[in-house]
Amino acid sequence: MPYNGQEDIGMDVTENSKTVDINGTDQSKIRNFCIIAHIDHGKSTLADRIIEHTGLLTSREMQAQVLDNMDLERERGITIKAQAVRTVYRAQDGEEYILNLIDTPGHVDFNYEVSRSLAACDGAVLVVDAAQGIEAQTLANVYLALDHDLDVFPVINKIDLPSAEPQRVIEEIEDVIGLEAQDAPLISAKNGIGIEEVLEQIVRKIPAPKGDPAAPLQALIFDSVYDSYKGVVVFCRIMEGTVRKGTVIRMMATGAREEVVEVGYFGAGCFFPCEELSAGMVGYIMASIKNVKDTQVGDTVTDDARPCAQPLPGYKKVQSMVYCGMYPADGAKYPDLRDALEKLKLNDASLNYEPETSVALGFGFRCGFLGLLHLEVIQERLEREYNLDLVTTAPGVVYKVYKTNGQVIELTNPSNLPDPSEIERMEEPVVSAEIMVTSEFIGSIMELCQERRGRYLGMEYIEASRALLRYELPLNEIIYDFFDALKSRSRGYASFDYDIKGYEESKLVKLDILINKEEVDALSFIVHADSAYERGRRMCEKLKDEIPRHLFEIPIQAAVGGKVIARETVKAMRKDVLAKCYGGDITRKKKLLEKQKEGKKRMRQIGNVEVPQKAFMSVLKLDDK
Amino acid sequence: MPLGAETLLWVLVRCSGLPNRQKAEWRHKEQRKGKGASEPQREQWGRGMGAETTEGKELELYFHIPFCVRKCLYCDFLSAYGDEDTKAAYMEALLAETAGSAVSYGRRRITSVFIGGGTPSAVPVRYMERLMEAVRKHYSLTEDAEVTMEVNPGTVSGEALRRCRRAGINRLSIGLQSARAEELALLGRIHTWEQFRECYRAAREAGFTNLNVDIMSALPGQTLSAYRETLEKVLSLETPPEHISAYSLILEEGTPFFEKYQAGELEAVDEDEDRAMYQETKRVLGQHGYHRYEISNYALRGRECRHNCGYWRRKDYLGLGIGAASLVENVRFRNGRELVPYLKDPLGQREELHALTTQEQMEEFMFLGLRMTEGVDGAEFRRLFGCGLEEVFGPVVRKNIRDGLLRELPEGAEGSEPGLQYGSQAAKRDSGSSGRFALTDRGLDLSNYVMAQFLL
Repeated sequence: MPYNGQEDIGMDVTENSKTVDINGTDQSKIRNFCIIAHIDHGKSTLADRIIEHTGLLTSREMQAQVLDNMDLERERGITIKAQAVRTVYRAQDGEEYILNLIDTPGHVDFNYEVSRSLAACDGAVLVVDAAQGIEAQTLANVYLALDHDLDVFPVINKIDLPSAEPQRVIEEIEDVIGLEAQDAPLISAKNGIGIEEVLEQIVRKIPAPKGDPAAPLQALIFDSVYDSYKGVVVFCRIMEGTVRKGTVIRMMATGAREEVVEVGYFGAGCFFPCEELSAGMVGYIMASIKNVKDTQVGDTVTDDARPCAQPLPGYKKVQSMVYCGMYPADGAKYPDLRDALEKLKLNDASLNYEPETSVALGFGFRCGFLGLLHLEVIQERLEREYNLDLVTTAPGVVYKVYKTNGQVIELTNPSNLPDPSEIERMEEPVVSAEIMVTSEFIGSIMELCQERRGRYLGMEYIEASRALLRYELPLNEIIYDFFDALKSRSRGYASFDYDIKGYEESKLVKLDILINKEEVDALSFIVHADSAYERGRRMCEKLKDEIPRHLFEIPIQAAVGGKVIARETVKAMRKDVLAKCYGGDITRKKKLLEKQKEGKKRMRQIGNVEVPQKAFMSVLKLDDK
Repeated sequence: MPLGAETLLWVLVRCSGLPNRQKAEWRHKEQRKGKGASEPQREQWGRGMGAETTEGKELELYFHIPFCVRKCLYCDFLSAYGDEDTKAAYMEALLAETAGSAVSYGRRRITSVFIGGGTPSAVPVRYMERLMEAVRKHYSLTEDAEVTMEVNPGTVSGEALRRCRRAGINRLSIGLQSARAEELALLGRIHTWEQFRECYRAAREAGFTNLNVDIMSALPGQTLSAYRETLEKVLSLETPPEHISAYSLILEEGTPFFEKYQAGELEAVDEDEDRAMYQETKRVLGQHGYHRYEISNYALRGRECRHNCGYWRRKDYLGLGIGAASLVENVRFRNGRELVPYLKDPLGQREELHALTTQEQMEEFMFLGLRMTEGVDGAEFRRLFGCGLEEVFGPVVRKNIRDGLLRELPEGAEGSEPGLQYGSQAAKRDSGSSGRFALTDRGLDLSNYVMAQFLL
């Protein structure tokens, strides 16, 4: 029974699956690796081919992309939750090798997860598109892999594209990254060309794991999922020691302690229990743990009775970088939203939420996410899987507010900003960004970064026609639409990657929106003082289009500190008449009226103005022109 | 009588050359004949609803003639070009439906007949004569019945009009839309102002003493002064029309106009200009003795269109021909929109039967009645539903009065509109307030907004 990612992690051992005598497996026959690539360069497809080629599943059983379990991931063409698969490969030397492929998320929101997945590997296959060459994420991922001392070898994918230039890309890899690439396999993952060579190189070039099975247990958690029957399933790489059923384990950072009820390894889409996991292996542990909060990615699992001397390096507590308010469109659904968030949280340690109340939107939650993609994924899951109609307020970052009384507030909701007189200074998160762009667009991309308050750090040419721009950018300038703006200003050629750098002082103000003279808390946002006017003006324009006409004129104002800086007016309704009634066809006309009435239901009452729910997301679309 | 389907050529041509969406839809729907209704059920509707109990009760007849010489660019009605064979086959089917329906409705008193379309005048006049003959033969048409036919000025001769008059048609509704050549061309109309004037004179000469002229405002690119020209030309006709329907153009989805508008080829009239035209209509027509009795309809006293008032007052009406809608004894139903199945079985096409719940009847009472400037009558409401209008709609009524969209008419207000035969003057009411509510001028402008609130 395939494991579908959300429920029913069935323990059915697939009857016709290959059984591998995992116990006593020679470490030298194990390869733990990941595939790294820029988005769309073919990582998931190569993973599928590898699984197919090693014969664990028949082609018929293959879903289009075995590793991407969630629907959402498939639609977006990215992988969100790290997972792993174990396959068996009989190499040309006649030996059977166990290949543990650990999948890594391909989005900057999940950089920390990526780093933990990499730490679980001994090597990485770098996939580069034969037509596009190196992109920003290629570099970022390679550097991340090298930082973790992984042996990286390149693979040139999509060689069957008419625009493929493998030789140019090989040279680029050697020049820019400094990786030996002359013998890189030239493959087409899509069409199954060259997969065998990739597998051979995995065996040859990626080192076997090390570690002493007899040492105290030290295992790295690189992912965990919650199952309603089994509790949390911890995905880990055993660095030292051995774990088996009955071992009482302890998570070194969170302190959670449980007895192991089962260990095993990953088939493609299913779980195979086994006797024990020992140093060098990748597998899962189940221990009746109730919450993924207790099994944080990056934490170290050890034997409670015989703990290792110290945890593995690199653990960080996951922090939400982006916050927004989520409210049920129908106030009566508040308990449903709460239950849904609770359930999602079981499986997603990086999701935070706490109840909040808005004058405009009623009861809801302030939710914290790793980034905007994470936010969108959660939002979509709430809407799709839990059938909730949501009103989401503009996402914002976490600001640090230093008050004159010495207090420091981490501000996640603009409405909670103290009075300016009580604020000594404010800080906002800043990222270091790398943008790869062809030379013709350098100008427009620099302009974009400038507009977004970027600080230019430098530029280097990767090759004659492409450059890598380095900028420091405030996070709140890039969370909504920076990526889209980047794409549109470079005709899709620019690629982008970033790392959170830290907090910096900034001149920030709260921009308030008044509809018909009434301040709407859910529309307030924090903005740099210099862009307040521009953002306020566009916000008013946007809202003017979103708010339907009423019987009276409605002023829409943007204000900073009580001072109005921009204004638009929704004119009073003038005409709303039915057309000629055709042959007494009343039913049709009634349907029209019903539609109109239905539309009103999806409105929020603010004072005596009805505001459509999507207006609360207006701020996200300020750059649509 | 029904011809084989293969001999029928239902030629649907949009002169614009745009893909004909309706055509595809109609053909497609041929396969879903009788959908939603079992055979016995449809048999039942064909024979009529509650026939035994309604003898002598008033009934209006509507005949749908879905043929046009060519389709106007703004039109989303069920109509298309038809060749002579198709028209003949259709009219035979319509006559069959008329005769067949008489089994159930023949004993009703027919107070109004409306032959609409499409373009009834695009069909040979002998069929109109036969239609009227059938009505007289199978139903009891009252002496003073209003019998209207829609006419396109580009399609009639004086002879044809005389024959129509002799056949018992006593009111014509002539589609002019505009008196300006460039506007007529823009709309895709087939006639000129001169042809209209000719037709109008011929109608008077044929003895028609009750004429309506349709005009349109808010045409793309139309200015107030251009619109005024149409109004004035109509009013300066020798013996001006008794009735004027003045519609503001609405871009309906699926029409070439809508597509052009979406493609940015047409510029919708600015809202202020649109309202100015509306005000102008009311002002100018008022000066000439017309009163606005419905959102888009103006008439000299006593010349209000009885048939249309019947729709707003929820009189029983039976629609015959494809796509025609009916309301009988608080049951709404309609004929299917497909031509071919209709030709094969004209009595077997009734579908979408829906018995209105009391609540739906109340809603209709309000949102239809409020189209009339004489408004809705609380006493009538109580008589029909056994409870007060304000018990059901109190908050909505009060809110709209507060918003200046609705008003309670002063006592005896209906007396000022003596021409209305479809009021309910008979109903007694308490002294004091009249219990009669009507939209204000602004409410008429925003009628959708108001009426949507009356849905329970």
